[in-house]
Amino acid sequence: MCPIEAYLDNSATTRVCSEAIDGMLDCLKSNWGNPSSLHEKGIQAEDLLERARKTVAGAIGCEPSEIVFTSGGTQSNNIAVFGAVEAAKRKGNKIITSSVEHPSVMKAFDRLESEGYKVVRLRVDRFGRVDLEQLKNELDEKTVLVSVMAVNNELGTIEPIREISALIKKSSCPALFHVDAVQAFGKIPLSVRSLGVDLMSISSHKIHGPKGAGALYVKKGVRLVSPVVGGGQERDLRPGTEPMPAIAGFAGAVSALTVQKSLEKITALRNQTVEKLKNMDGVVLNSPDDALPYIINLSLPGLPSEAVLNLLSNRNIYVSSGSACAKGHKSPVLTAAGLDTERINSSLRISFSRFTEETEIEMLLDGINKALSTLRRKK
Amino acid sequence: MKKVILIKNGELVLKGLNRSTFEDMLVKNLKRRLSPLGEFKFIKSQSTIIAEPLDGNVDFDEAVERVGRVFGIVGFSVAGVSEKDIGKIKEDTLEVLADELRQAKTFKVNAKRSDKKFALTSPEICREVGGFLLSKIPSLTVDVHNPDIIVTVEVRDKNVFIHGNQLKGAGGMPVGSSGRAALLISGGIDSPVAGYMMAKRGLTLDAIHFAAEPYTSKRAEMKVRQLASIVARYSGRINFMVVPFTEIQEAIKDNCPEELFTIIMRRMMMRIALRLAEKDNCKALITGESLGQVASQTIGALACTDAVCTMPVFRPLIGMDKEEIVTIARKIDTFETSLLPFEDCCTVFTPKHPRTRPELEYIEKAEAAFDFAPLIEKAITDTRYQSVD
Repeated sequence: MCPIEAYLDNSATTRVCSEAIDGMLDCLKSNWGNPSSLHEKGIQAEDLLERARKTVAGAIGCEPSEIVFTSGGTQSNNIAVFGAVEAAKRKGNKIITSSVEHPSVMKAFDRLESEGYKVVRLRVDRFGRVDLEQLKNELDEKTVLVSVMAVNNELGTIEPIREISALIKKSSCPALFHVDAVQAFGKIPLSVRSLGVDLMSISSHKIHGPKGAGALYVKKGVRLVSPVVGGGQERDLRPGTEPMPAIAGFAGAVSALTVQKSLEKITALRNQTVEKLKNMDGVVLNSPDDALPYIINLSLPGLPSEAVLNLLSNRNIYVSSGSACAKGHKSPVLTAAGLDTERINSSLRISFSRFTEETEIEMLLDGINKALSTLRRKK
Repeated sequence: MKKVILIKNGELVLKGLNRSTFEDMLVKNLKRRLSPLGEFKFIKSQSTIIAEPLDGNVDFDEAVERVGRVFGIVGFSVAGVSEKDIGKIKEDTLEVLADELRQAKTFKVNAKRSDKKFALTSPEICREVGGFLLSKIPSLTVDVHNPDIIVTVEVRDKNVFIHGNQLKGAGGMPVGSSGRAALLISGGIDSPVAGYMMAKRGLTLDAIHFAAEPYTSKRAEMKVRQLASIVARYSGRINFMVVPFTEIQEAIKDNCPEELFTIIMRRMMMRIALRLAEKDNCKALITGESLGQVASQTIGALACTDAVCTMPVFRPLIGMDKEEIVTIARKIDTFETSLLPFEDCCTVFTPKHPRTRPELEYIEKAEAAFDFAPLIEKAITDTRYQSVD
């Protein structure tokens, strides 16, 4: 099959897979009750909800009771960060994160800082990897939360989550460990037990599920005080009637995941792609070699991202500009990683999904070549 | 109680015999701006235009805001319509101006009686209403020299109007009274401000935008259209034109020295704008240039740009600092939209070291290296038109 388009922006969102659509349709058509209702309709809906919870729990190796459904990654991150800090406000006021987090974590920390919390933003290396030495030195008895993402959304860099949880355990601090695993979930094996995390955020629409659903893993015994208040649903951490069609779709997408097999396929595809990109004149790679193979960040120095993005878009090739824009709003992630302005302004993010085919890569490479020659016009 | 808007014309009073034409234009503009809210009746009386909603459910606050953006108005006030009965006048005054009076410390009453048959004289109306207000709002005192609020009671032939302090109008002259001109609009901060300023001087606006797809995205064009629609809140309907400019830019890049790219591009834009403007009966071009702001806005560069232009080019921002321009952009609400981050056609091929002191002769020679005429014709033919409100 030759795709007429190359959708290579799967870290932004993914197309909805048939398993997810089936789950949603079934819910919309025949199981549309409110899980909180006492009657039969409610019982059926509750049953669907609990089956979905079991499916999602299975995918990250936890108990169903440790899964809280949310509206997506942002809400999971917000509930985790604000909820953990609020519950521990008598224990301490120091919180630690990295300088390359998603805005839903970064801005939550910014707000807490303005409210008087002592915030540490860990330095990162050239690839956005956090400085473990700094973390070790910062952990103290006042530290109540550490939040670091599993995979960086722009560079694909895999953060040392196991090492971080080990450091926290070794120290005597009361900190909870939250991981934003939105980009990692469904792409690399994630077991909350072996990672040693207390809280973990995942999202549906990054794994071929619908938008509007996500989950927060809350380890048994961990207490949060949610910033959202309401009628008690989802253990009162995310009250509000459950978005059942989205949750059903989310569960459908999770059940269709083939993490290990897809990782092997995409690793091979990624290695081929990187090999070819390295041979192209005027292309530099920004992602580390050991990045999540689903994300490749590169720069075409001298060519504004947006222009390249538009040229590719005209050929039905969809990627994203590593920096959202050209006029001064530089990507905080790439800036924190210390890339120079020229490289930031010309960066592109290519992101795969398990459905990505070789023909799409060919379209992309061809498209980049054409864009290079179009934009590098002779004088 | 029924309310009306009393509108005071601006410079119109200076215009001698042309006044009624100008006034008609102002009324037409007001009508167009207010009609989406409901039907209004307009009565011209001396130097005042009375706008009266015929529908009681009209969004009056929105109407007041809209009137505040119509050029050709010095000031206006929202008046309550009362009856020719001094008892009723007193009570209505309290009702219409309750909030303002409670916030004020001092006041005075000003009465105008054009209906001489009304039982009380102006000074008597003042005394009656003033005494009543003092008795009802004990915190108020009278100050005839410098009051916080002037309560005006106008006894006219049919009605009595009651209003407080006059609101400041948008000033300027009615759009259309100076003719029509074409604004070269980019996605930046300056050009929408320039359009606003010239509309204020009575010009109807066309807006010409140069698009460089695929180097720039559809979103960039949407942003510019959005900017034009914000300007249109002041200027009224704008003829919005999008010129496909990519081929010309590529030809410049391919055939001319890099350091001259921007200046030659500006000249091509002017040539095209001039033709489009002529077609739409415009008598001038408008740009957002400010002297020395960038390399293409030095005296030398402007001279080279103007050399291809046979129409006056209005540059209302020429003597303004960026900060002053931003202040206006914020006031007219284009600033936030201007900041949206999209490439525009000016930034894609921008040379690293543009020439700041170009010589016309040198530029003309550089342009002669390629026959741009067919591309210009094509760009004009392929220009897309849209009306922006």
